[in-house]
Amino acid sequence: MVRRLARPHHRPARKWQRSVDTLLNNLDIFTTGFKNTAILFVVSAVFALILGTIVGGMRVSPVPVMRAMGTVYVNIVRNTPLTLIFFFFVFGYPKLGLAELSYPVLAIIALTLYTATYVAETLRAGINTVPLGQAEAARAIGLPFMQSLSLVILPQAFRAVMPPMISVFIALLKNTTVAAGFSVAEAGAIRANLSERGEPAIVVLLWVAFVFVVLVALLSAIQHHFEKKWQVTR
Amino acid sequence: MSSVLFDAPGPAAVRRNKWLAVLTVIVVLAILAFVLYKFAETGQFSATKWRIFTFPLVQQTILGAIGNTLQAFAAATVLSLVLGLVLAVGRLSERRWINTPCHWFTELFRAIPLLILMMIIYYGLPPLGVQGITPFIAVVTGLTLYNGSVLAEVFRAGIQSLPRGQSEAGYAIGLTKSNVMSSILLPQAVRAMMPVIVSQLVVILKDTALGFIVTYDEILFQAKFFGSQVQYGSPIIPAAMVAAVIYIGLCLLLAGVAKWVEWRMSHSRKIAAGTHLVAPAGTGIPQV
Repeated sequence: MVRRLARPHHRPARKWQRSVDTLLNNLDIFTTGFKNTAILFVVSAVFALILGTIVGGMRVSPVPVMRAMGTVYVNIVRNTPLTLIFFFFVFGYPKLGLAELSYPVLAIIALTLYTATYVAETLRAGINTVPLGQAEAARAIGLPFMQSLSLVILPQAFRAVMPPMISVFIALLKNTTVAAGFSVAEAGAIRANLSERGEPAIVVLLWVAFVFVVLVALLSAIQHHFEKKWQVTR
Repeated sequence: MSSVLFDAPGPAAVRRNKWLAVLTVIVVLAILAFVLYKFAETGQFSATKWRIFTFPLVQQTILGAIGNTLQAFAAATVLSLVLGLVLAVGRLSERRWINTPCHWFTELFRAIPLLILMMIIYYGLPPLGVQGITPFIAVVTGLTLYNGSVLAEVFRAGIQSLPRGQSEAGYAIGLTKSNVMSSILLPQAVRAMMPVIVSQLVVILKDTALGFIVTYDEILFQAKFFGSQVQYGSPIIPAAMVAAVIYIGLCLLLAGVAKWVEWRMSHSRKIAAGTHLVAPAGTGIPQV
């Protein structure tokens, strides 16, 4: 502190140097943090896709009861804060005397249940962009159900679904940080870990934010690429 | 009923659909029954675990917490709408030194996770000598920066979805650029994007719950406190249920307002029939 005041003209460069030191000296914690974030993200994404496809399928099914159940699930979960879902699974679940699950597993369950609703809605919106005439034409030339689905409807729906689906996954990536508040050592928890080592919170948090910005930019670039490539011209 | 996916069902399909309906009901009921059974077995419905919520003082505290949640929501809503309008107008400016910073601002704050943003404000700023950062300020500032940026994109999409003739007509009768923006484009854009804007407000309301992690005294904060009272049997699950009912109730109420606004607009006499504005594609799903 004293040295810094004595040579004020060196301050900006030294500050930057020390910020880089904060990153490099604690690279172990940063990498474990983001590794756990990546695990949460990938595993939740896979399960959310599976559950979301089931719920989305129910939402567009010909059976009214299935549609109603899907709607109820989506409306309830989408109107619940993610933090509350975490709250229930991390604090409440262990009290139910079921199989013991670790915090990361509980976090994955919470993220999956929450993200699945967005996956379901995106799928439904994508299927609804395919004009009815496409399906009617497929039936008119005699295609059976599976073929009209796999050759005509789903390829078109997939293209419409892809860009918004990446938005859902960008949101999921950012939402993994909520796990930090519930005892999971992922990127959002790096600050708490490093404050024990006496590192300045703002520097640590800005590095974490920086990595997220880079990751989101990467996903957005993929999104733009597919948006251009798969634009459906009607 | 016929849709893209299936034709109007014939007699065989009707029979099969009935079986599927019965099967769905059985599966869903089985899951529900299992959850309720587990709740009952571990005494989550017992009077001891719910007694704490019968005390007037506890109820008042929870009401206070709801008040705090709504306060953060109201402040963040007003500020995000203002910030969103400013950023949207800034991005549409023809001066590069205005639209480039606005562009980067919206991109940056949409990419940083909201919780990290709140942590930067709450844990990061005080050591730098910034005074008076309360959890409330951290929550509201974080919500404003993020949702302001999201709303800016919504407003911008709304303005760009308007026919060019609107602004051209404005210029033709001699209005200035800012006049065209404030009295021609923005009112129509806001009207067109109203459903998206209100669903973003639901997102703001939900995200106030993140304040729990930066120690803001809101609903979940109190739920955790009352849920950990050992002398009342640590009623954490009843507390979560109470919080869930409050949150879902508030969000559904807000979603109901959105439906009502949409209905009123579609029946408004100010909007002539046939000029019904449609929100541009891809803006229907709010950012989470």
